[in-house]
Amino acid sequence: MSASVTPEPINRFSYTAALKDGMKSMTPTQPAAMAPLVASSIFSRDAVSEAVTTQVMALEDVSVFYGDYEAVRNVDLEFGHREITALIGPSGCGKSTLLRSLNRMNDLIPGARVAGKVTYHGVDIYGSDVDAIELRRRVGMVFQKPNPFPKSIYDNIAYGPRVLRMPKSQIPDIVERSLRQAALWDEVKDKLKESGLALSGGQQQRLCIARCIAVQPDVILMDEPCASLDPIATSKIEDLMKQLADEFTIIIVTHNMQQAARVSDRTAFFTAELDEQGVRHGRLVEYAVTNKIFTAPADERTEAYVSGRFG
Amino acid sequence: MLTIGISIAFIVLAVLIIFVITEGWPRFNPILWQNMPSIRFPETAGAQSAITGTIWVICTTAVISLPLGIGAAIYLEEYGNPASRFYRLVEINIQNLAAVPSIVYGILGLAIIARALALGQTVLTAGITLALLILPVIIISTREALRAVPQSIRAGSMALGATKWQTIWKQVLPVAIPGTATGSILALSRAIGEAAPLLLLGAVTFITFNPTGLNSAYTVMPIQIYNWISQSRDEFHILAAALCMVLLILLFIMNGLAVFLRNRYQRRW
Ligand SMILES: Nc1ncnc2c1ncn2[C@@H]1O[C@H](COP(=O)(O)OP(=O)(O)OP(=O)(O)O)[C@@H](O)[C@H]1O
Ligand SMILES: [Mg+2]
Repeated sequence: MSASVTPEPINRFSYTAALKDGMKSMTPTQPAAMAPLVASSIFSRDAVSEAVTTQVMALEDVSVFYGDYEAVRNVDLEFGHREITALIGPSGCGKSTLLRSLNRMNDLIPGARVAGKVTYHGVDIYGSDVDAIELRRRVGMVFQKPNPFPKSIYDNIAYGPRVLRMPKSQIPDIVERSLRQAALWDEVKDKLKESGLALSGGQQQRLCIARCIAVQPDVILMDEPCASLDPIATSKIEDLMKQLADEFTIIIVTHNMQQAARVSDRTAFFTAELDEQGVRHGRLVEYAVTNKIFTAPADERTEAYVSGRFG
Repeated sequence: MLTIGISIAFIVLAVLIIFVITEGWPRFNPILWQNMPSIRFPETAGAQSAITGTIWVICTTAVISLPLGIGAAIYLEEYGNPASRFYRLVEINIQNLAAVPSIVYGILGLAIIARALALGQTVLTAGITLALLILPVIIISTREALRAVPQSIRAGSMALGATKWQTIWKQVLPVAIPGTATGSILALSRAIGEAAPLLLLGAVTFITFNPTGLNSAYTVMPIQIYNWISQSRDEFHILAAALCMVLLILLFIMNGLAVFLRNRYQRRW
């Protein structure tokens, strides 16, 4: 494994280079001491250190606007390599907004604008030389409502590799590997030609996760991925997330406290605050190791929220 | 009330069809499409030039109107900025154009396409004019089909690193095709039945040869029907009814196809 730690700028040029490179060479590899994750890590991930050691993405004084409305105000955050970070907070505090600013899905919303600096491996993703298309390739997204394409299961997965012009001969392997990684292979291997829409909600969401990892992203953003699922499907996806964290950096928005506590390494708590004019803005209240947020939060608003007395 | 209205419309339609069939049946035979029109010998007269003329004109219309109309709809739905003045202007114009009587398109075609552009009274002129006539309908129905594609599909595709064009081409359009096809077929079938604008555009009523190209003179079925109806001899009226049958069959097939596509590919999200 070549351990190049210098991040490359995100543009079309390095994209081709990165593809040839098998993608992994441009993401910093884990320090040797952290690398071997024991098999039991599905059930208990190794505790993370107090501070983020290897930063993958970071927000510096980020505010997100919809037209004149500042939905999220002055957020500083960093996301650690192959960690699961949970974003929690009451409805409307801007979690989804913030999440979308990490892969520039906000660009698709007319009037949406980001101030401050969002970096990916040190590169300002809103910089003029950055290709949002290439960024989204590396920072994938799973949506709240499962949204399989109205195509076959196979084509759902193959779509990403195809549009990224991955070699045709590799696509069947990519499809199988992605479905296996998403713990869906055994359930669908005999019906790959059937429509993705014919699956159950939980299967559809795992299909969307498989579709996302098929393009070998570096970071996976998940916006309440279990919101429309039953407890069994939810726990499957939680297990899956923990497995995927061996290979991907995961940032998840959730309303489910237990879920944040169960799966995440770090938790960021947001809330909506009124400013002097009485306008509500989303603010980051506290960011720490998950265990700390749930057992010894520094801020009383966090305490109130995680103990269920607020929001 | 509604049922009464529909029943009346249905009865009128049925009476018309029965009338056309009983009247035209004796001449509904291969002579109709094997022979050329004649004003002297109704017993051997056919309508081959009108049938081939209709095919030529409608294909020209389709070739011009489909790419333009679908392209315009994609632009408006996927790329245009609804807040811009230009967008609103285009949108209002399309809606208004859809309501303009077809004879006005005929005048436009005569003045601008046939005369100013000097294309003359040809298949091409007719094709362009009819394309303009049905363009608003194609744009409107394609836009509706595009709008019916859930936003979540676009978001899912873009989130994988697909470009906007890849997203439209590989995800949005395939889903929108049945709706687009339905609207387009209905629009084209309207164009097939049009006589008014083509009367102005020199779909000469007496043509005894098939069109040989885009700049050929031509006639079309509705014009030929009109011509035969205005003859005094009864034999020609029978011929007109027979040709009406051909036109009706063509329209039924097209409408049936449109309905089939709509039902077959209807999606529930
Ligand atoms: N497309 C949009 N246009 C305008 N305002 C928006 C848009 N999306 C969100 N907002 C506003 O931004 C604020 C934050 O919304 P956001 O969806 O990010 O909250 P959230 O924390 O994800 O809430 P929830 O937990 O309910 O999903 C809200 O006040 C919302 O009304
Ligand atoms: Mg949300």
